[in-house]
Amino acid sequence: MRHFDYARPASLAEAMEALRERGEGARPLGGGTDLLVQVKEGHRRPSALISLADVPELAGVHVDASGELRVGARATMQEIGDDATAQQRFSALADGASVVGSYQTRNMATIGGNVCNAAPSADTSPPLVVLGALAHVAGVNGERELPVQELWSGPGQTTLEPGEIVTSFVLPAPPAGAGSHYARHTPRKIMDIAVVGVASYVELDAGGVVQAARIALGAVAPTVVRAPQAEQALVGRALTEEAAAEAGRVAAGEARPISDVRGSASFRRYLVETMTRASVLRAAERARG
Amino acid sequence: MAKQAHRLTVNGREHDVYAEPSRSLLEVVRDELRLTGSKEGCGTGDCGACTMLVDGRVVTSCLVLWPEAEGREVRTIEGLAEGSALHPLQRAFVEHGAVQCGFCIPGMILAGVATLERTPHATREQIRDGIAGNLCRCTGYQKIVDAIESVAHASSNGEER
Repeated sequence: MRHFDYARPASLAEAMEALRERGEGARPLGGGTDLLVQVKEGHRRPSALISLADVPELAGVHVDASGELRVGARATMQEIGDDATAQQRFSALADGASVVGSYQTRNMATIGGNVCNAAPSADTSPPLVVLGALAHVAGVNGERELPVQELWSGPGQTTLEPGEIVTSFVLPAPPAGAGSHYARHTPRKIMDIAVVGVASYVELDAGGVVQAARIALGAVAPTVVRAPQAEQALVGRALTEEAAAEAGRVAAGEARPISDVRGSASFRRYLVETMTRASVLRAAERARG
Repeated sequence: MAKQAHRLTVNGREHDVYAEPSRSLLEVVRDELRLTGSKEGCGTGDCGACTMLVDGRVVTSCLVLWPEAEGREVRTIEGLAEGSALHPLQRAFVEHGAVQCGFCIPGMILAGVATLERTPHATREQIRDGIAGNLCRCTGYQKIVDAIESVAHASSNGEER
């Protein structure tokens, strides 16, 4: 591997200082499963990697008294996938974290890395979008928070300023009658990258009528995107097979996929239709408990 | 870049290592510590041949910077046998003819160890899931799964292997 400097700070303040000191060539290191491959293959040439492994402020998956979930940026895919609260209340996120890579990958890969690598196919990104996650960001000028989708500006591109790092994702407590789901299509079950990923979130009232719906699509645009018209097509009616099928058709029209080695644009559009239909039905099932 | 000094704990032994921080745990364990059981297949975390246990969890050591392992317990294939007594999984691999060229086997056995730690009475399905990050180009996996399953059955029967 091309040589670079390395530091393993013990606090967020030290990490911020290490990044500032070393300037623009320095990058934060999470699990390394994306970044070190990019370095080995020459796509990135960092002058220094600042390990976040010992930064306590970035650790863990915590639920507070109000039911809000705070996922530290260095929480691993395995930790998130195994978390009982994530599985029950933030199911789409547990779904996404559980399908990344292999056990080896999931023991290393962090959610901060998955999101900030900014791949449109990242499996935790559509779930974070539909669950309304806020990204908490620390930088030289203090902290800020923004909706997670505002972190991405294109494939591999984030809106983070030099020296800024994501510290956590905060997901609001879902109300009673809410359910969510994520699934992706891949030719292989593991160690593969989504051809299409679909996350959905629905809130049902006592009569089963949809009060709110959110749908996010992965790998069909330069960033993860919402499908607002498909969401609108669900609101105010019961989530029947027919309603789900309509949402799928509308979402397929909203996707802007490209053809590449993983699939053609028309295949991706077909996947968006069928996977959206299935996903909203599954989210509704979970909403009913 | 300047070399750095860190202490690694591998198979219960401490080693003071002085090397460039940009090297992988796999490289340092093989080239500095001379424990060459772990193999480099792809070098990009796809094949699992470099699998090690770090604090009991499987990782692809080709994608771990070696200083990241300081303060953690690293276990490699060399740490499984006790003296000349093979680990039950190693013996099962021999008994079931699960080894052909052998290149994937150190990683495969460690993935098996982690699978049985998580699910001691693992089903074939759970075993396949547990070794899904480890590629084998020789065996077709059947005998590998048979070998791991035999240890899972032995533990569910309360047998001492």
